[in-house]
Amino acid sequence: MLKLESRAAPSGAMALASPLIALAVTVVIGVLLFVLLGKDPLLGLRMFFVEPVKSGYAWSEIAVKAVPLVLIALGLSLCFRANVWNIGAEGQYILGAIFAGGIAMQATPDSPRAIVIVILVAGIVGGMGWAAITALLRDRFNANEILVSLMLVYVAEMVLSYLVYGPWRDPQGFNFPQTVTFAKPTQVPRLFAGLRVNIGVIVALVAVVGMTIFLFRLFRGMQAQVGGLAPMAARYGGFSSRSSLWTALLTSGGLAGLAGALEATGPLGQLTPYVPVGYGFAAIIVAFVGRLNPLGIVFSAVLMSMFYIGGELAQSRMQLPKSITGVFQGLLLFSLLASDTLILYRLRWVAARRSPVKTTPARAAT
Amino acid sequence: MTTPRLELIGISKQYPAVKANDNVSLKVAPGEIHALLGENGAGKSTLMKIVFGAVQPDEGEIRIDGKTVQIRNPHEARALGIAMVFQHFSLFDTLTAAENVWLGLDTGESLAEVTERIRKKAAVYGLDVDPTRPVHSLSVGERQRVEIVRALLSDPKVLILDEPTSVLTPQAVQRLFNTLRQLSQEGCSILYISHKLDEIRELCHHCTVLRGGRVTGEVDPRSESNASLSRLMIGSEPPQLVHREAKLGGVALELKDLSLPPDSAYGVALKHVSLQLRAGEVLGIAGVSGNGQQELLAALSGEDLRASAGSIRLFGTDIARAGPTKRRALGLNFVPEERLGRGAVPMQSLAANTLLTRREPLRALGWIDVKATHALATKLIERFNVKAGGSGAAAKSLSGGNLQKFIVGREIDAAPKVLIVAQPTWGVDVGAAAQIRGELLALRDAGCAVLVISEELEELFELSDRMVVIAGGRLSPSVPAREATIERIGQWMAGLFDDGAGGNAAAQPKETAHAQA
Repeated sequence: MLKLESRAAPSGAMALASPLIALAVTVVIGVLLFVLLGKDPLLGLRMFFVEPVKSGYAWSEIAVKAVPLVLIALGLSLCFRANVWNIGAEGQYILGAIFAGGIAMQATPDSPRAIVIVILVAGIVGGMGWAAITALLRDRFNANEILVSLMLVYVAEMVLSYLVYGPWRDPQGFNFPQTVTFAKPTQVPRLFAGLRVNIGVIVALVAVVGMTIFLFRLFRGMQAQVGGLAPMAARYGGFSSRSSLWTALLTSGGLAGLAGALEATGPLGQLTPYVPVGYGFAAIIVAFVGRLNPLGIVFSAVLMSMFYIGGELAQSRMQLPKSITGVFQGLLLFSLLASDTLILYRLRWVAARRSPVKTTPARAAT
Repeated sequence: MTTPRLELIGISKQYPAVKANDNVSLKVAPGEIHALLGENGAGKSTLMKIVFGAVQPDEGEIRIDGKTVQIRNPHEARALGIAMVFQHFSLFDTLTAAENVWLGLDTGESLAEVTERIRKKAAVYGLDVDPTRPVHSLSVGERQRVEIVRALLSDPKVLILDEPTSVLTPQAVQRLFNTLRQLSQEGCSILYISHKLDEIRELCHHCTVLRGGRVTGEVDPRSESNASLSRLMIGSEPPQLVHREAKLGGVALELKDLSLPPDSAYGVALKHVSLQLRAGEVLGIAGVSGNGQQELLAALSGEDLRASAGSIRLFGTDIARAGPTKRRALGLNFVPEERLGRGAVPMQSLAANTLLTRREPLRALGWIDVKATHALATKLIERFNVKAGGSGAAAKSLSGGNLQKFIVGREIDAAPKVLIVAQPTWGVDVGAAAQIRGELLALRDAGCAVLVISEELEELFELSDRMVVIAGGRLSPSVPAREATIERIGQWMAGLFDDGAGGNAAAQPKETAHAQA
């Protein structure tokens, strides 16, 4: 029989291999799923793992999806390392889009190009502000940040709906719930003509470098992590847990808001009720699959984007429901958590042992 | 000869890095108190975990009452009548003592019945335990009593105790010994793990000495001397401490009428604590755990900032409201009682752990000079003779003694003007303890003011120039260590002193109860 044995020390190799094992398990279950649905499993895998990466255009689409995921997951990795459970990045992302959209709507075709910077900064401010509510409630009233941040997602969705159905609705929009299409100068500059990929990629890569430095080279980043790993040691060291809380939430809110701003003035070009597509939640998976490590997050964000695009392709070409994307994302996280067991434990095949000498029951209790 | 109650034959256990047990054999007769003596890392704990079924041996045989048994888990060990009190307690903080015990039982009793049995068992063996108190509010010593009562509830045939006396007063040690002798007379075999030579010679009938996983001696401790036991254990005699005449300087740290309400429901209030610590002396604070040590330490280290202004002064500067970082900058360093999780971050490397209290590796804007952290850690490892897999080793990979050497070393190396040390050698082996004490004395000779809070009286007598006792949150008058006697300190530990603050021992039944435990 198979037996789990605890390892003497956590396995570093397994920490890296675990996401790959999880991916393999996801693929296997995916194949089973395709077979059960009566679809060609090879074609299914092609939709998820070949089509999304087979051309420059395909890679551009991957990048469009990966940029928000990377930005949000970077912030979440800091939060999770600091033991601050921000589950509401989706809401911070929406507020970023709203703030950015609010500025972008004011622009005219004659506005200077630099307005893009103002828009992105507005997005950061929006996301930070939304996260600050969670930080404040946790700091002042010790409210649970998981619940508060999650609930604020739904509030954010309502705020967005109110705006696009109400005051911000495009008067010439045939009553559709949408804002005006933002003027040309607001558009985030694209990298290549004809491809949707924009400078968000560069922003995200800068953020990756920045977060790497913050986590591993700056005292502030280290303090935040000590607060998560060993709160008593943080107190002993004189590191403020309040400051970690605020740093983590504001950074992650700001990054999520930046992602929202890039999305609103990049691929979308206007605000609609459909701005939130779940990046904020998917980024939680991205952060963990990427081992809460900035570089790992880049890889896992690309993988997650393949799932998004694969799901869309499977919908249009194989008549599968779009929710297949969510199934794959869930499977991946689930198998990752399962294979993470192997970091602390190893599987060993043990021959069924002969039963021990009949144990005599303890002396009768007094 | 009668059949041994417990017999180990040729036990070996190989861990990835080290052979923890190499062909170890021993026999324990019914009613025998058998000491297992050895330094940290000698393989005592592994051997006992094997007997308790928590670890499986690679080779060897275990016999109970002459019958070969396989003990695959602690549950089977308990069924065979083996009980163990671990050095590190396995209690849930949020539950009460009784609930903790209840959880571990599978007898189908109600909580009320278990509570009653705990009370009875505790009374029989003179162990002071309030089963209804939540564990987080208990001191280390009190938690140990819970563990001992839990072990005794199953009426074991073999009781294993891992370093049980490190948290007890002299009187309490004697009480524990009486309990153990009582058990032994009732026929219970006791395996007593320790590195305290005096205790073993006083209590045990037989002694197996381990060094580097092998048996290096089997002796009757009653006919041995400390020196001969020590030779078997570490291969040499422990170094003698040199206690030079104190060269007293000015007042370094002053507490003036420090009073603090308890910070939790079962915390201890500090009542009018005043003391003066002068440069160049070691002041020892004795006391049974849970009498205000934690609270006093938190107030001194800056982790608890509720002290009223002016009640704590460092070289005349009011630091009552200054956080730990500020206090360190002013020359006050602190070694906490808990090493893993407070004195060091378990998952981080030793290099990263230097940053917990040291700022030298930091550059402008909080940039961490990683090379400098490794250099500092390496320096500490070399200077304080820490056994570790280099500066990149995770703190939790070190043994307790080596981690303590690292943490104490980190604070000593900061060249503090005042050093506060809690339990400097708790669970640390003889060699490391002697080294740490030597370093503390060297620091004192260099003009540093040293405050040692310890529950080991022997250590305080060895280190201190002056001693005070903390009991029930009050501080006794100080007495030069040379004039202090065990009896007097023991009485003070029971709260029987006049602190000049109107405290009256008769009105403090709680402390008296503690000290008797």
